[in-house]
Amino acid sequence: MGLLSDPNRRKALTGLLTRLNTPICIVCYLAGIVWFMGLAFEPFTLRTYMSENAMGSTMVEERFSSGERALSLAKEFDAHKRQARGMPVEWLVKAMQSRGLEVFTQSFSRKLPFPDENKERYMVRGTNVYGILRAPRAPRTEALVITAPCSPGNTNNQAVALLLALAQYFRNQIYWAKDIIFLVNEHDLIGTQAWLEGYHHTNITGMEYSPLQGRAGSIQAALSLELSSDVITSLDLVLEGLNGQLPNLDLANLFYAFCQKLGVLCTIQGKLQRNDWDTAEGYTHAAQTMMLMVLKQACGRSWGDHGLFLRYHIEAASVRGINSFRHYKTDATTIGRLLEGMVRKLNNLLERLHQSYFFYLLPSLSRFVSIGYYMPAFGLLAVILLLRVSFPGLCHCFSVSLQPSSPGVLTVLTPVVISHLTGVALYLLPVHLQEMAVEHFPVSETEAVVLTAIAIYTAGLALPHNTQRLLSGEGTEQGWKVLKLTALLYLAVLLGCTALINFSLGFILAVTLVPITASITPHMPKALYAVVMVLLSPAFTILYCVFIYQELIEAPVSVSEGWMLFLSVISQGILDHALYGSLVYPLLALFIYPCWLMFWNILFWN
Amino acid sequence: MAAPLTLLLIVAVTIRAVLFRSSLAELISARVEVVSPLNAWKRVVEGLALLDLGVSPYSGDVFHETPLMIYLFHFTVDYAEIVFIVSAYFVDCLSCFLKPLDRAKMAINSNYLKSDLLFNFPGCCELISWFITIIVCLCFCKFHFLCTCKYTDVRLCHQIADGITALALYLSIQTYNKDVFRKQKYALESDRYSADCLELLRSPKEMFYIPLKVAMFYLLNPFTILSCVAKSTCGLNNAIIALFIFCTLKGSALLSGILLALATYQSIYPLTLFAPALLFFLQRLYIPVNLRRSSFWFFTLQYAFMYVGSLVVITGLSFFLLGSWDFIPSVYGFIFSVPDLTPNIGLFWYFFAEMFEHFRLFFSCVFQINVFFYTIPLSIKLKEHPVFLIFMQIAIISIFKSYPTVGDVALYMAFLPAWSHLYRFLRNIFLVSCVLLACSALFPVLWHLWIYAGSANSNFYYAITLLFNFGQILLVADYFYAYLRREHHLTHGLYLKKKDGTEATLVLK
Repeated sequence: MGLLSDPNRRKALTGLLTRLNTPICIVCYLAGIVWFMGLAFEPFTLRTYMSENAMGSTMVEERFSSGERALSLAKEFDAHKRQARGMPVEWLVKAMQSRGLEVFTQSFSRKLPFPDENKERYMVRGTNVYGILRAPRAPRTEALVITAPCSPGNTNNQAVALLLALAQYFRNQIYWAKDIIFLVNEHDLIGTQAWLEGYHHTNITGMEYSPLQGRAGSIQAALSLELSSDVITSLDLVLEGLNGQLPNLDLANLFYAFCQKLGVLCTIQGKLQRNDWDTAEGYTHAAQTMMLMVLKQACGRSWGDHGLFLRYHIEAASVRGINSFRHYKTDATTIGRLLEGMVRKLNNLLERLHQSYFFYLLPSLSRFVSIGYYMPAFGLLAVILLLRVSFPGLCHCFSVSLQPSSPGVLTVLTPVVISHLTGVALYLLPVHLQEMAVEHFPVSETEAVVLTAIAIYTAGLALPHNTQRLLSGEGTEQGWKVLKLTALLYLAVLLGCTALINFSLGFILAVTLVPITASITPHMPKALYAVVMVLLSPAFTILYCVFIYQELIEAPVSVSEGWMLFLSVISQGILDHALYGSLVYPLLALFIYPCWLMFWNILFWN
Repeated sequence: MAAPLTLLLIVAVTIRAVLFRSSLAELISARVEVVSPLNAWKRVVEGLALLDLGVSPYSGDVFHETPLMIYLFHFTVDYAEIVFIVSAYFVDCLSCFLKPLDRAKMAINSNYLKSDLLFNFPGCCELISWFITIIVCLCFCKFHFLCTCKYTDVRLCHQIADGITALALYLSIQTYNKDVFRKQKYALESDRYSADCLELLRSPKEMFYIPLKVAMFYLLNPFTILSCVAKSTCGLNNAIIALFIFCTLKGSALLSGILLALATYQSIYPLTLFAPALLFFLQRLYIPVNLRRSSFWFFTLQYAFMYVGSLVVITGLSFFLLGSWDFIPSVYGFIFSVPDLTPNIGLFWYFFAEMFEHFRLFFSCVFQINVFFYTIPLSIKLKEHPVFLIFMQIAIISIFKSYPTVGDVALYMAFLPAWSHLYRFLRNIFLVSCVLLACSALFPVLWHLWIYAGSANSNFYYAITLLFNFGQILLVADYFYAYLRREHHLTHGLYLKKKDGTEATLVLK
């Protein structure tokens, strides 16, 4: 408090901040970036460890041995799938019943707002089959879920078969304290969504589904299994869920511990761990892994069936089998054992997983960066906005805008309202106008939606500064300063909230938005800065992310392919919002884009 | 001034009506920042249902409103139509009847100060005529947004409460400003101000819009709107406090005593407003605050008697309505011992959830004493400025009370435009407004992370609560300092010199 109430020290402090404002901002920005890149450097990260007592000290013995039977089941399942041209519901029901489970089905249907061209679906109709293994020695208050998606083609047959083999084996064991639900879902995420909504009696996305007939207790954890070949070289762990939510780190630790125990190669983001952290290659490898995680988390979509469980406070992860050209192969029995071990450990849980971290980044499976280490990187970027706000000219404006008879507040109100209306148009119009667009232009529905979105986005650039001139004549010096102050504060609060919910998204937006928004004034060379601003706008940020992502997964794309990918990313974002309630699209359309338009407005103030 | 105020009322009512009809209303009424266990509408409905069944509403541990409030709602829900028509006609007739009477009274009474001590007609009349405006607005709205829900009329009740609060604040600040201007004129004429502080003096021009701004700060404050849309009974408590301020500033000791008793009855804490009200009346009647003077004691006892008497009457009335004393432990015990630890924007819940049970009594004393303790030093320091003292007290109540909601914060924030002349002396206003803004945005975010996502925990939410309260305390302290500093400059001159002739700075220690 001394600093706040002693006028001399205050004066010294504000004097320092005023004189060195620009250098401090530049240093902060660079420090933020360097800090972030440093997170992948091994000495700065922590080694993962099992926090949960119930899973840590007691090792279990894995005895699952029917891997071969699972593979023959996979062939049988494949044959029935071909015969039924979709999910062989009856066969699955019979197979589960013969293994002693209580079997139920749930049918669901969903009409997508517009056709999904990636997965080629529009009117979706399907059935989920699930069997419950009742715990023999406990009340039915808690449950675990193992799920395998029934995908079209001949993918994932082995996953479903392994699920059935595990069910048969688990049925004969006596140590289960939690009900185990074996779920085979159709149409991947849509099926999972229908099942979860049915299980929890909610309806948040307008899905039509039949109510669930059978139910177990509250679900403690879920594992999703994706396996498309008889033998695999490595197992990949997928953690990123809807809106960038991550499961408790103990789940990843559990997976890693069993991989170590059974000698299975394990990867995250499809990248193996390296031991040479002190070489440049080692560091780059870790940085790439972490960047991939950041990009995947930032896009806010669910990267596996597990992603939707997280919303219901259920810790979940996907385990994905990968078959590459390595010599060392793992067979189905080992994978079965690995899953058996994980489920038995989860069965030992006395309370929900909560001991370990929920906010983390993983540069490798054995190393993690916790929220306390990565937040400063974002904080250093966000503090620039606050420093620019306290910039003396602007601070003075604040005092003026509080005085009576100042023009400030009203002149600011028009651009703010107009920007937000543009944002609302960007959010609502693409989906609602698709029919009209299809009638008048030779495009498909999906293209219509994406192109309308881009058109509105571009039109927004022209709209605000024109109307502002019409409404209030020549802009005053005072006016833009008040607007800039409002916009900076708005952006700071917005990015802060975003970074708390989804750090990666907040950080990526901060990296691109902060430099230009902090330095913008109407007195700059207009053409040059307009180009720079457009290049650093949210849409271009998405485009860069697409290219960087492709580069990181070692599948670089040409410019035209990148553009097509960009279009499909936008349509997927809108679909994710409509189908599963992902918040990235509304956040960008309703808040970030209008906020960016406010800065655009400042550039063209006079 | 009537036109902008009416427009403001219509805008405010429209915003609320639209929000009431949207799907947001349900979401808002479940937010812990907006409703507390004391004033949640859900609990009032429960109490009403119990009352209808002939069971005491306090059986069970859900309902914690006062008996008069539940009977008010009971009455509104059952006889809403009649109440509206009758009150509109009654108020109409009354005001027509009162206006000439009032003028006559003004003409006859030359000794105006003494005579209106008990019943102040001019003030009431003004308020009543405004009351008609609100009712007309609301009837307009009612027919506009016809709903068939059982509790529709309760929404109107909340809207009226907000309207009354805004009007009462508007009129009180108008009166206060006139008062301030008059005093300033006397002080200037008697040369009590130093020569170089002319720029500190307040001009009628800048003071003209202040009452309107106050009403606007209350009606368009998102906090008030949220609180109203959530149908929190906090709006009604605010209305009572605002009416109390209005009656006090109009100089009607009896009405002020009754309303203060009503406010105390509602939530105990307004008890601390007794001191500023008393100081105000003493100042108005030119009675010096001197413990050896009999006139001082005479008036103090008179006012205390009015206050305590009406408190006894109100409590007795509740007893006779309810037929039992159940409400005392259920309302006041609930406020003092803080058994419900639902998170809110206050400071209590986290501490009381964390500490050992056998320290409970000690800590509830320590926490509760905060509200009452500051009354004494503040009353001594601000005895010449009772209206500012009222503001300080309301702010302190809303920070330190056991179940605060944003509706309480909105009440004292409405006063901020009245102190806009202090702006040049405020030191941290920018920091504080940033903190308060950021906290308001972070409350729902951290709540989401804690309750829905399960990834954060209560510490995150409490950290924001702490920061929010820190901001509020800093705000109040800043205004206090600025007020004192302006008074200091008025008497000692704006440009202070040290003994050696260099420029001096003022430090609050």
